[in-house]
Amino acid sequence: MDFFRPTSLIDALKLKSAHPLALCINGGTDVMVELNFDRKRPATLLDLSAVAELNQWSEAGESIILGAGVSYSRIQAELATELPGLAMASRTVGSLQIRNRGGVGGNLGSASPAGDAHPALLATGATVNVSSVGGNRSIDIHDFFIGPKKSALAPDEIITSITIPKARGGQQYSKIGTRNAMVIAVCSFGLAIDATARTVGTGIGSAGPTPLRAKDAEAFAASHLDWEVGTAPSVKLLKEFGTLVSAASRPIDDIRGTAAYRRHTLAIISARSLKWAWKSTNEFRSM
Amino acid sequence: MRLTCTVNGKTETIDDIWPGESLLYVLRERMGLPGAKNACEQGECGSCSVHIDGVLVCACLVAAGQVEGAEIKTVEGLAGATELHPVQQAYLDAGAVQCGFCTPGLIVATVDLLDKNSDPSDNEIREALAGNLCRCTGYAKILDAVRLAAARLEKS
Repeated sequence: MDFFRPTSLIDALKLKSAHPLALCINGGTDVMVELNFDRKRPATLLDLSAVAELNQWSEAGESIILGAGVSYSRIQAELATELPGLAMASRTVGSLQIRNRGGVGGNLGSASPAGDAHPALLATGATVNVSSVGGNRSIDIHDFFIGPKKSALAPDEIITSITIPKARGGQQYSKIGTRNAMVIAVCSFGLAIDATARTVGTGIGSAGPTPLRAKDAEAFAASHLDWEVGTAPSVKLLKEFGTLVSAASRPIDDIRGTAAYRRHTLAIISARSLKWAWKSTNEFRSM
Repeated sequence: MRLTCTVNGKTETIDDIWPGESLLYVLRERMGLPGAKNACEQGECGSCSVHIDGVLVCACLVAAGQVEGAEIKTVEGLAGATELHPVQQAYLDAGAVQCGFCTPGLIVATVDLLDKNSDPSDNEIREALAGNLCRCTGYAKILDAVRLAAARLEKS
């Protein structure tokens, strides 16, 4: 096995171009499990953890550009105000040891339907920025997941960063699991309200072949929420929203839970998320 | 592959490393430092917790080549020449050690917690240690040990 540890993005891209089958590793929290259990034996390991550009974040107008390797711990500590939904999702990842290493780029690279960051990214309408020696492209998060553990990333490309709009309304993230730590989601849900555009974004995790969006629920909430006065949504509205989110899921029975349980819990956590996120949206309305 | 890094304050050079092996394997099998334990190899149990450049991690989830030039601290680096680290002593005094397999990882994670938060609440202790599994104690004595260590460190 060859091991490369580039220290600049251009060197990393050249290596990825020369070795398109190289497995990228940064935090290692997914990749090392595959190696430890002999599930993968790549001929080449491309370590991105020494590439400074990938491991920092910056502000660009109304968005945050989050380096692919910025750890979940740093997102929690440094970006909870700008990206509250993603920060909440980050807090549910594994344990402190895992959050100290893992980041959103690796989560996207693995493209698991259960990835904790994905619902939060879907809800905010993030953009995945990828690069190769041939140039850069930006992929709408809604086009990024193309199948179970399959993404739109080309073999010679590296995920460099994610552009995520700063919160313009309440955001929430909920995850169902057997305990409060070390849980692969039975199902999860991300919600982002945009009080300026008067839209509601959603993301469903672990209840379909890919992370999903609940478009009908988004449109329903956007047209029924009281944007003018900010009145709390009625129980009926919340229930209907939950039903629409649940209907957008495509879960299966598996070792972590049944499809019926996932549909049931999604209806509940999505309704709760809307109720809670609307409450915090009122702080944005007065701004 | 050759790896050079600092382990518990001492610069080490290790040869013939297979690039896909974990830092845990390097520590245990190549350097003879068995303090970090090998249990789940998937980051679930926390028994292999160590610090890399001051950050708490599972050594089983770090590829050997990723720690080139890094500073690693394992449980072996905690005790002084004649005295245990206060966290180690607290675990003994509180009866938080039964079979002892999870203990090194829990001690390293406790040191990490108390370095950042000298007076953690019970919920903060639980969240900080959530990645370390113990199958003997039921955790009550472990929580006692963390509280005892926090109180002693506060005094000193």
